[in-house]
Amino acid sequence: MADIVTMPKLGFDMVEGTLVRWVIAEGEKVAKGTVLAEIETDKATVEVETNYNGIVHKHLVSQGSVVPVGQPIAVIAAPGEQVDLGQLSLEGGIKPAVSPKQTAQLNQHVTAEEILPDQGFLPGGVKTSPVARRMADERGVDLKGIHGSGPGGRIVKKDIESYLTHPSVPQPVLAPLGVEPQTESTDLVLPLNRLRAVIGRRMTQSKQQVPHFYVTHEYDVGRMLELRSQFNNLLLENERISVNDFIVKGVAQTLRQFPNLNASLVDDKIRQHGQVNIGVAVTVEGGLLTVVCREADRKPLRQIAMEIRSMTERARHGKVRPEDVEGSTFTVSNLGMFDVENFAAIINPPETAILAVGTAREVAVVVNGEVKPGLRMKTTISVDHRVSDGAEAAHFLQALSVYIHEPLRLIL
Amino acid sequence: MREAISQALWEEMERDERVFILGEEVGLWGGTYAVTKGFYDHFGAERIRDTPISEAAIVGAAIGAALTGLRPVAELMTINFAFSAMDHIVNEAAKLHYMFGGQFVLPMVIRTVSGGGRQLGATHSQTPDAVFAHFPGLKVVSPGTPEDAKGLLKACIRSDDPILFIEHATLYQARGEVPEGDYTIPIGVSKIQRSGKDVTLVTYSKMLELSMKAAEKLAVDGIEVEIVDLRTLRPLDMGPVVESFKRTNRAVIVEEGWRSHGVGAEVAARLYEEAFDYADSPIKRVAQKEVPLPYNRALEQLALPQVEDIVQAVKEVM
Repeated sequence: MADIVTMPKLGFDMVEGTLVRWVIAEGEKVAKGTVLAEIETDKATVEVETNYNGIVHKHLVSQGSVVPVGQPIAVIAAPGEQVDLGQLSLEGGIKPAVSPKQTAQLNQHVTAEEILPDQGFLPGGVKTSPVARRMADERGVDLKGIHGSGPGGRIVKKDIESYLTHPSVPQPVLAPLGVEPQTESTDLVLPLNRLRAVIGRRMTQSKQQVPHFYVTHEYDVGRMLELRSQFNNLLLENERISVNDFIVKGVAQTLRQFPNLNASLVDDKIRQHGQVNIGVAVTVEGGLLTVVCREADRKPLRQIAMEIRSMTERARHGKVRPEDVEGSTFTVSNLGMFDVENFAAIINPPETAILAVGTAREVAVVVNGEVKPGLRMKTTISVDHRVSDGAEAAHFLQALSVYIHEPLRLIL
Repeated sequence: MREAISQALWEEMERDERVFILGEEVGLWGGTYAVTKGFYDHFGAERIRDTPISEAAIVGAAIGAALTGLRPVAELMTINFAFSAMDHIVNEAAKLHYMFGGQFVLPMVIRTVSGGGRQLGATHSQTPDAVFAHFPGLKVVSPGTPEDAKGLLKACIRSDDPILFIEHATLYQARGEVPEGDYTIPIGVSKIQRSGKDVTLVTYSKMLELSMKAAEKLAVDGIEVEIVDLRTLRPLDMGPVVESFKRTNRAVIVEEGWRSHGVGAEVAARLYEEAFDYADSPIKRVAQKEVPLPYNRALEQLALPQVEDIVQAVKEVM
């Protein structure tokens, strides 16, 4: 009884993944939970584990292939088992002809017919209404390049019509850039890596479609820094709590009072999330990832610090797990370590807001008419104006100051 | 509409002496809905026959008469009582022509009244039209305008097939132009009652009236609704429906009966079968809530489809 391993769907918007490396070679044994391969998705490189025991009968795709979600990538069989692969020969060339449902799990002999039905495939899992699909076929329009305005992002007739009227709608750059004719010979031309391309696509989409506004607030962080150093004196080197951990915790607790900023705009509805999952932007080689501290409002500071540290480690070593990067409801981006006074971040869709945190600096402050040294830190929140307004954002920043000015509240 | 139906019966009885009417209270009383008022005095007891309160007897007698060459028009006080005659309707009327290898024809019409909205309670207010449209061999006609009622009823009386002609309890007062003189309207032909380019609204009978009102309201919002009146449920003429859907790419089906296994289900399925590649949004149905129709006026209206329900459904497919 052969089992088929398919390209897993590791995020709600993942449509394909790159098979970076086969960890287990053909003919080698695997058990449930063995890491079979490494896959690079839009967001991270992840390890794919098998759910089967047996030997790797065949790799169906070669390293470096881009494979649609749900497409078979390997066959696992019992030792010595004869598997009828039929005409199943995908190596080297991926035929975009399989829907996830059809390839779920085949219990019997694998044949080409079972795996490769030619009917009903939509390129890249694009969702369209039937009439939109027909019109696109007739007019040779590539549905991948069209934004769907129907429910759940469905491409409807109107979208095709407007595309045909204004075909020049700018599209985010997805593919590596080629050499421009006017390039000077001394220029170094680098292809975009996948992560860079994805960041580009998502950020372009966010800036084009999400109306951002920004509110900045300055905090007195004297007590917070003092408390932090008290804590860290008690902790081991690898347990230490960062300024950012304090902010993550404070933001999470404050968001409980501002469900609108812990929300997503879905079609014409605002979905206020039941969980407060704080994304933390992490610099990695070739780009940026957001690791997610789930239910940060309910976790002790020390646990938050530990989780973020280990997820950051994994992200920087390219070993991030799907759950590390999925499901954030609000993001914190901190450039404090780079001596940055203040900056504004781009919202990470489908979230409603992102908080950009600057460096805690010693500055001259006026207290009761006297100039004194003080520790100040600026943060700027970027908010989706479709969901919220300036006053709410300002209230949020004020409410956050309750925790930052009296950080013991984060411990209570 | 009452007068249009009455005229059709009167004219057909004048035209063809084989045509006669039988049913409860159709004679001396003039019909429960006063459709045959004055008929008894003019045509006499031979051709306007009051019957016992037995629907099975009425339909059974009509079948017998039709088999022997007469052209009976049987009246059942309401469609709810047709269930008492179900065996005669679906096992005899609908099948005799087939089972005798075409040796017989059954030129008979069963006129009856469907629909709720008059506070007659759960057992007297049903709209089970789809039940009857289920059986091959039985034609089911249900007009929504006086003009169609007259033309279709005359066509039914002249047809050699058994036909259930369903009138609506709250349409007798409906007013509309009726052409002068003798005319018929072919059975099994749907009609576009209002033109529009945005949504195809498929309906019939009383719901045509509500759909027209909904279309007026939607026009204010700039939504142009095209209304296709089925007029006949069997044979179902999908031609104008499909043709309209191919232009609008959206459809809402409005029926007074329950949604499950109903007219809307049939029309939607056929649209998906015949015009899938033209759909731009999922087809929606407006129908009666799945409960026995309440007696209470407010609850009854809540259970029946309303103009606002149709407006809402159309907006949802836009």
